[in-house]
Amino acid sequence: MTYDVIIIGAGVSGAASARELSKYKLNVCVLEKAEDVCAGTSKANSAIIHAGFDAPEGSLMAKLNVRGNEMMDELSKDLDIPFKRNGSLVVCIHKEELDGLKDLYNRGVANGVKGLKILSREEVLELEPNLSDNVEGALYAPTGGIVCPFILNIAMAENANVNGVDFRFNTEVETLKRKDDGLWHIRTNNGEYTARYVVNAAGVHADIFHNMVSAEKIHITPRRGDYCLLDKEMGSHVTHTIFPQPTKLGKGVLVSPTVHGNLIVGPTAIDITDKEATATTQEGIDDLISKASLHVKDLPVARKVITSFAGLRAHEDHHEFIIKELPDAPHFIDCAGIESPGLTSSPAIGEMVAGIIADIEKPEKKENWNGKRKGIVDPKVMTLEERNELIKKDPAYGNIICRCESISEGEILDAIHRPLGARSLDGVKRRTRAGMGRCQAGFCSPRVMEIINRELGIPMEKITKSGGSSNIVLERTKAMKGDE
Amino acid sequence: MLSYDIVIIGGGPAGLAAAAAAKKAGTDSILILERDHELGGILNQCIHNGFGLHTFKEELTGPEYAYRFEKEVYDLGIEYKLNTMVMDISADRIVTAMNRTDGMIQIKAGAVVLAMGCRERPRGALNTPGYRPAGIFSAGTAQRLVNIEGYLPGREVVILGSGDIGLIMARRMTLEGAKVKVVAEVMPYSGGLKRNIVQCLDDYGIPLKLSHTVIDIEGKERVTAVTIAEVGPDRKPIPGTEERYTCDTLLLSVGLIPENELSRSAGVEMNPITNGPVVNESLETSIPGVFACGNVLHVHDLVDYVSEEAKRAGENAAKYVQAGGKGSEGNEIKLIATDGARYTVPSTINVNRMDDLLTVRFRVGAVYQDSYVSVYFNDERVMHNKKRVLAPGEMENVILQKAKLKDFKDLKTITVKIEKD
Amino acid sequence: METRELTCIGCPMGCLLTVEIDKGEVTSVTGNTCPNGERYAKKEVTNPTRIVTSTVVIRNGDKPRLSVKTKSDIPKSKIFDVMKEIDAARIDAPKKIGDIVIENVAGTGVPVIATRNVEIK
Repeated sequence: MTYDVIIIGAGVSGAASARELSKYKLNVCVLEKAEDVCAGTSKANSAIIHAGFDAPEGSLMAKLNVRGNEMMDELSKDLDIPFKRNGSLVVCIHKEELDGLKDLYNRGVANGVKGLKILSREEVLELEPNLSDNVEGALYAPTGGIVCPFILNIAMAENANVNGVDFRFNTEVETLKRKDDGLWHIRTNNGEYTARYVVNAAGVHADIFHNMVSAEKIHITPRRGDYCLLDKEMGSHVTHTIFPQPTKLGKGVLVSPTVHGNLIVGPTAIDITDKEATATTQEGIDDLISKASLHVKDLPVARKVITSFAGLRAHEDHHEFIIKELPDAPHFIDCAGIESPGLTSSPAIGEMVAGIIADIEKPEKKENWNGKRKGIVDPKVMTLEERNELIKKDPAYGNIICRCESISEGEILDAIHRPLGARSLDGVKRRTRAGMGRCQAGFCSPRVMEIINRELGIPMEKITKSGGSSNIVLERTKAMKGDE
Repeated sequence: MLSYDIVIIGGGPAGLAAAAAAKKAGTDSILILERDHELGGILNQCIHNGFGLHTFKEELTGPEYAYRFEKEVYDLGIEYKLNTMVMDISADRIVTAMNRTDGMIQIKAGAVVLAMGCRERPRGALNTPGYRPAGIFSAGTAQRLVNIEGYLPGREVVILGSGDIGLIMARRMTLEGAKVKVVAEVMPYSGGLKRNIVQCLDDYGIPLKLSHTVIDIEGKERVTAVTIAEVGPDRKPIPGTEERYTCDTLLLSVGLIPENELSRSAGVEMNPITNGPVVNESLETSIPGVFACGNVLHVHDLVDYVSEEAKRAGENAAKYVQAGGKGSEGNEIKLIATDGARYTVPSTINVNRMDDLLTVRFRVGAVYQDSYVSVYFNDERVMHNKKRVLAPGEMENVILQKAKLKDFKDLKTITVKIEKD
Repeated sequence: METRELTCIGCPMGCLLTVEIDKGEVTSVTGNTCPNGERYAKKEVTNPTRIVTSTVVIRNGDKPRLSVKTKSDIPKSKIFDVMKEIDAARIDAPKKIGDIVIENVAGTGVPVIATRNVEIK
């Protein structure tokens, strides 16, 4: 089958593009090399909805950041995405750098960021008493927010899928070429696909595909960011997202509550070459602890960390989003260099990508497009009566599987059986939070494996953490030939 | 709303012993809430021998030991609910619990016994650098997979931490056909029992590297190698001492944490050293009528002591209920742990409520040889017991006599400390 | 004359014992701080024994594995022979604590017995 559009990558940009394209009468397919959506850059970042004062005035980054931020209220309602406008603060700790806040304020105003305000030392300490004693002032952005990055990505993909977009997982694009038939021929490890349009949303790998089809080369550096996630006990240490003043290397190490009540500290910024090297290093972790402590006091990172991880930002040499049809590769649309504020911008990126194709193609809109998605129910927010009603209807909601996050079997079953359902431990984790708590899946992983085994018929030995060869158990004990 | 005289949270060794003791002390209305599908708790997966030497004067395996207490609970006709997760305990002792059949229920408890046990410290808490692939297990998770479910989590194994579960799993994995390459321990001594080091490591030629830790984990999907390095006195890795082991599995046995989420949300005062509730001589927490015992109170190394402690908690809960929820008057004597003693359980003593003999348990913070465990009443040394060796891995105790406490004039504090002479 | 070094498991002290053996007989034990050390060393050098615990495959049970142990200690040198028989065993539910699973395992004269109750599924 020839698709109208093939999107490479089921990260947040690919999913947003898929959802926007699903509004049209187009056959769309997303090819993803991992076993699930949200498996690369989109899964390991600060989970921040940026206000939009950082990016240079007039840049695409600035425009899409502000637009994406504005879209988030409606999108989070439509798709049932955990999102909160907690506001952000850029904190100044050196008197001589106070002017920098003013510059940032001016840039924000020029970018169209609403509600910005410069706060005095007293005002900012009133908002955040746990800031460093050295604080001199801050830029306050009430539109700054926090989001569940997994659900943002998953929800857009699910909704695209419900509206007719195909997803092919474990499908890695090897080469692609536009042939004389006017179609893009895409060779993958899972056979060849053809499409009239290609959207290159391959994250840190986007330069590889771009450079396969265009004479004008781009270069993307995987810029690693190490993070520490702290126990929920620390979740209200600060209530706003706390940034240092930005430098050339980026927005610096932030400290922020997450939508789920943890505290996140990070990222570092380390340029590497391996596009899969998401290993944290001791230096990285030490570095971010010391940097975070400059702005926030009493931060017991070492004692309260529940996990550390690293993500790779897709840093393009010119630090700008590249979203356009390539002049020398017709119908090939780049969606490259999507680094921070990529998560924030993603809904606007999707809109822009779909707009480029719609402008050329002039496709009809679907009459029956449904832009709404109901998320996995969260029994924790229910009253006792509501919860009992739910358990009566489906007893699985009465069976707690993940004790740290209080996740029931019912939620896990939903995660497995909904569109683009989970097939791995990480898939279940990102959809339900089972295994994301302080014991980090020690308790629930054997239990979640049993559920996956029962529901999907995947043998225990074949169940993975996150696809590929990430098997959890290797074989039965005492296995002999002739045993069933 | 359901109502019971005593609700016991957890049906492991502590909960079972507390229930049986409370029943024998004359309280009939008792309910045990257990989240697993069977009673017995973690002992069901501890299939090795070595349990019960103190209690039964014979060497039992975990499931056998647990069954002796389970049977008692069955024989005494004590009620229990399995597959039931306690979601909340309020300060006025209303227990909210949930299961598939009852839904979410609330139970009014005359007294509550906290017996939730403990959990393992995960990798995240160590902040070990490297990748986050499959193949990293806490030793207890691996134990469950091997012993209960019958799956082999790995074939080539490195173990970080020489806690008893890690040592036991080194032997179990070896007997199941895996190759355990090394056990690294960050401290200069092992937190495990000597016999486990001999019978689980030495017997199988598995090296134990003290003052070593994991500094890198390789493998993007499944673990492919682990690098360990020696650490200095500051527990920081010493450059140049790195050793890389190819392996598919890293087991962690790096400590146990009492599982006190419920206690905290109920408002029970916690001891920052044990991570368990602060209790008095009756094992009663800062909330009247809420008692604690077993690993939720402080992590034990021998289950025999858990059973002993739980029995007291059960009896005291029964006493509390039978007295109509009233405690007796009297001064609280404060217990202080210092000079090598890290904590004491209990933290306070009311002489009027204490038994004729009271066991005070504590742990030391380092290895001490040829030292004395001393007890001071106010400033006067009243006990001075020579010990050939004291180690952090082994729980110690001193026994206080009620008569002596009563006779001591104006007794305000009892101090436990380690002295060289 | 042969010399062996052992760690005593009698108590947390963990004394490093040096044992001298002549023609299979222990001629001296040093390094111990108490008589237990000497007793342990003699046994460990002349006739070391262990209890082996493991699981066996149980068919038709409410659990996939039955935990077992050798009823008493067996010679240390036989551990892996015992494991071979335990690994190969296939038994049927139900089984109760104490039920014999393997008679005379690996010719030791010791049976392997169940340490849990497993009911029929």
